[in-house]
Amino acid sequence: MPAKNDLPTVKTKPDFSKEPSVLRRLLRNRSGTVGLVIIIFYVCLALLGALGQTPYSPIEQHRIDRLQAPSSTYRLGTDLFGRDMLSRIMKGATNSLYVAFASVAISGLLGTLIGSASAYIGGQFDNIVMRLMDIFFAFPAILLALLIVVVLGRGLDKTIIAIAVVYTPIFARVARGPVLSVKEMEFVTSARCVGMSDFRILFRHVMPNTLAPLIVQISLALSWSLLTEAGLSFLGLGTQPPEPSWGVMLSDSQGISEIAPWLMIYPGLAIMMGVLGFNLLGDGLRDVLDPRLKRLR
Amino acid sequence: MLRYLIQRFIAVIPILIGVSLLVFFAIRLVPGDAITTMLGTEAGMLTDTQRAALERYFGLDKPAGVQYVNWLGDVVQGDLGYSVRHGKPVLDLILDRFPVTVELAIMSLVIALVIGISIGTLSAVMHNSLIDLGGRLFALIGLAAPNFLIGTLLIYVLSVYFGILPNAGNYVELNEDPVENFNQLIFPALTLGFSFSASVMRTTRSAMLEVLGEDYVRTAHSKGLRPRTVIFRHALRNAMIPVVTLAGVELGYLLGGSVIVENIFALPGLGRLTLNAISQRDYALIQGATLFIAINFVIINLLVDMIYAVLDPRISYASKK
Repeated sequence: MPAKNDLPTVKTKPDFSKEPSVLRRLLRNRSGTVGLVIIIFYVCLALLGALGQTPYSPIEQHRIDRLQAPSSTYRLGTDLFGRDMLSRIMKGATNSLYVAFASVAISGLLGTLIGSASAYIGGQFDNIVMRLMDIFFAFPAILLALLIVVVLGRGLDKTIIAIAVVYTPIFARVARGPVLSVKEMEFVTSARCVGMSDFRILFRHVMPNTLAPLIVQISLALSWSLLTEAGLSFLGLGTQPPEPSWGVMLSDSQGISEIAPWLMIYPGLAIMMGVLGFNLLGDGLRDVLDPRLKRLR
Repeated sequence: MLRYLIQRFIAVIPILIGVSLLVFFAIRLVPGDAITTMLGTEAGMLTDTQRAALERYFGLDKPAGVQYVNWLGDVVQGDLGYSVRHGKPVLDLILDRFPVTVELAIMSLVIALVIGISIGTLSAVMHNSLIDLGGRLFALIGLAAPNFLIGTLLIYVLSVYFGILPNAGNYVELNEDPVENFNQLIFPALTLGFSFSASVMRTTRSAMLEVLGEDYVRTAHSKGLRPRTVIFRHALRNAMIPVVTLAGVELGYLLGGSVIVENIFALPGLGRLTLNAISQRDYALIQGATLFIAINFVIINLLVDMIYAVLDPRISYASKK
């Protein structure tokens, strides 16, 4: 099988001894660094929330201290039931990041597997799988997520599945492209010549070469799933009260934000900065991993 | 060209069939039998005979495959079922709400394009200046702020600083009172428009930067044309192609009804209808509305593809299968 040299070149053997590592290059990129710092901060908040290291219990109600403005007792104020906002934001970070990472992990693994297997096997199989994926693309993303919530019911784990179903076809498409071009390359042919199994070729030789676009996609998927979790919770279809979620908190602030603006500002900021963090990280990673695109930004 | 268009059109048919299958069987997966979900708590008062009669009436005693074919036959004839909650045919309900969504979609799109294209062009022309930095910051924030946050913020600012309550009162249709209708739609449209303007700005900016580096732009400059003429007549027109695609895709989303924004501003559009159907477990309506929105989305995307093919003669579809 002759190698096709006009295909987009994928570096087959990066020389790690000379090039600085991805992390080091990312730290030299301004938006990448800012994004990384925000995300690390959020992960710390989420861990503290998960370990119960919040100033107060996020669901405990202090009836006397209802709607307190931010003060030294309650750093970010209290809500209508006298619950501490800072504690709720922290536990909200735990829930949001849990949903984001879990859904992206599921859809990333499943999508990559489907996409690369489909491209590697090729032919009619590839055709059928991709047409099936097209069906999911025929729905606006939020509508598909809503439909799944209707079927499965509400709650944290259901939200994860809903987001994962929406994102699996996207990962499949992202993974498919590079596999299509890599599988025709000489090193794959030679691996087949020495008698390697298809399974081993796919995992050891083909998939590592498709990582760059996937990593960028993961970062964008995380930002999207953070937004979707907040959106579904805002509509009352995601995280269920009393469990805190930024979306639920923002929705609760409607109607009383005129007298207690902190109820709207902090959850809003939390969502925005989280999404911004993942977006910046994605931009940075794209600059680092795919330098051809950098010129335009 | 015509061949390409026909091919694209035919390719949509299996997708639509897949969509209908998915919607039909997804609703069947909802726990509980159809009669109970249809009638809610009142189903408990049914005798066995009544229940069996109802099942026969709705064709629920037949195998799922037969049910699907019957349902599809009805759908093709414009019968999307009957909403027990509203006491009306599903299609009537949808068509009743759709104009609100269409109006909102068009207004938001216009707002987004005006803001996005002007900031994007300015940013590209003054590349790496302070204005460019401001423009990019605007886009970053706009991409990160979800529309429900912008909506809540907008309501807060309006009510606290201007004493306006935009989401109060009954909806007035366009032909009843155009001014009042505009007043009710402008804030949700601003919310959606601002949200979307960030991606328009980014696309415009990068397309403009690319085009401004092209030879023909340099030629136009060296011919002695005014910078304004070069930017608007030569560069912007070519940079608009990706923006048109983006706008088309967004229109598809908007015509599905912005569930969240319609809900914040209490607008009786398609998105709010769907959300209410979900919270009331009105499965006939959920099924009909989902199918309607998905078909809409597919058709809009098809149209965008076709417009794209017409707009950009550089792309030859003959070689591409």
